[in-house]
Amino acid sequence: MTTFPIEKIRADFPILQEKIRNKPLVYLDNAASCQKPQQVIDSIVHCYTHEYANIHRGVHTLSVKATDRYEGAREKVKDFINAQSTKEIIFVRGATEAINLVAQTYGKANIKAGDEILITAMEHHSNIVPWQMLCEETGAVLKVAPINLQGELIFAEFEALISDKTKLIAVVQMSNALGTVNPVDKMIACAKAKNIPVLLDGAQAIPHMSVDVQALDCDFYVFSGHKLYAPAGIGVLYGKQALLEAMPPYQGGGDMIRKVTFEETEYNTLPYKFEAGTPSIADVIGLGAAIDYLNEIGMDNVAAYEAELLDYATEKARKIKGLRIIGEAAEKGAILSFVLDNIHPHDIGTMLDSLGIAVRAGHHCAMPVMDFFEVPATARASFAMYNTKEEVDVLMQGIKSLIEMFG
Amino acid sequence: MFDDLRDLYQEVIFDHNRNPRNFHIMEGADRQVEGFNPLCGDRLTLYLKMEGDKIIDASFQGSGCAISTASVSLMTEIVKGKTEAEAETLFTQFHEMTTGKEENINLEAIGKLAVLAGVREYPARVKCATLAWHTLDAALKNEQASISTE
Repeated sequence: MTTFPIEKIRADFPILQEKIRNKPLVYLDNAASCQKPQQVIDSIVHCYTHEYANIHRGVHTLSVKATDRYEGAREKVKDFINAQSTKEIIFVRGATEAINLVAQTYGKANIKAGDEILITAMEHHSNIVPWQMLCEETGAVLKVAPINLQGELIFAEFEALISDKTKLIAVVQMSNALGTVNPVDKMIACAKAKNIPVLLDGAQAIPHMSVDVQALDCDFYVFSGHKLYAPAGIGVLYGKQALLEAMPPYQGGGDMIRKVTFEETEYNTLPYKFEAGTPSIADVIGLGAAIDYLNEIGMDNVAAYEAELLDYATEKARKIKGLRIIGEAAEKGAILSFVLDNIHPHDIGTMLDSLGIAVRAGHHCAMPVMDFFEVPATARASFAMYNTKEEVDVLMQGIKSLIEMFG
Repeated sequence: MFDDLRDLYQEVIFDHNRNPRNFHIMEGADRQVEGFNPLCGDRLTLYLKMEGDKIIDASFQGSGCAISTASVSLMTEIVKGKTEAEAETLFTQFHEMTTGKEENINLEAIGKLAVLAGVREYPARVKCATLAWHTLDAALKNEQASISTE
């Protein structure tokens, strides 16, 4: 912890210097979207200022440069999650699009009436609704593995729900509403014993821990750039090459074809088969810059720093009378979801905002989780590697003051 | 500590949040409409008893933030005894006050509701204040389905 370069990191994020309602910004809404370091901002400016053209097209110098940068970012993503090949890295708009892509291609080709798709009770809507849509189209059945009052998956029940009918397991690695980190190693081992493919929703997990898709042995891994200090509008679908090869394409258009006549079309090879149309070129390059930035700090260092921050915040929060933490899993990422007696989360959100503190108040796109805990909403402080214990203190003081004001 | 917020969270609002008025289920209501704000989970059921075109009683049930609870509590107080047309006029005035379109609010007509004028500075909270009134609007138009601010 003493070696974690927090001052340098904070200086790299220009927005952290902003004043909100005349107070220094305390940004604790990182699970919704996190802020960008100057290095990422510069990479986008540099792209549009010096190296922008369409990719995979022209023979002219700028197009070649832009293509090199774009494909260079794919290489960085491959290394960051330890995929075997860049063919397994598909650029999409975000985790949501990646899940929809799998549902609409792999799902439609492999899942039939009576088959089952297994998820957990702590999924984000983006890992529920695409499967519900697929079930509606195919007649497949969505099964949901329950959680306990700590917000942890009940593993035995998860295991018991895996049957001969289970054709896909799609689970969140880290819950955005609760912070719970699922035992994905064990879950994948269970699935593999029955040859069931597993999709991991890594949108929340990847900014907080190192991810190795080969060690995990997951079949699909999805994440968004904007939660990883990269631009919004870009994300990644990782898929094992053999699965991606066998899948039908997602969208049709330019770049995803090798040869087109009016009679038939021959699709392009991986990864281009799934990247129809001109992609968000500068944002992909920005994602590459964010990965460079994180590699310099080291994801294990980030994880250790944030674990200490969460412990500190949890300990302080437990001392506040009338505060109930929602989500107290033994394995947790840096998220503190809470409710206060007789004070609605929306009031908490507005009051903390007046102190310059940004938290999320709402259902966190996880309405079934809210129903399970019988709360309409929660307030959520979600931490990033640039947050500090001093900011936790500001948050806790704010919570105490607003409890006092409500009386 | 919350000086900036005093315009939004006036004492009247805390009072109505702690002790909401007309907070009960109404037996034999003539109109019953549900209002829902999916963004924050505010949920209320509004009950009206009518005599001709006059609202002779109003009550509500539900849960929400302080702004939405105070707003519906104040509304049930003020619309009692009003005709449908008078209530609709109040709705229009309230809407204009909270969305900041009207600078010259007739404070006399709007009475106690003026305590909610502060929300105009908080666009994210306007829906909390207007949910009650959208629900009333639906009830007066005799729409039985639940209504939503989204």
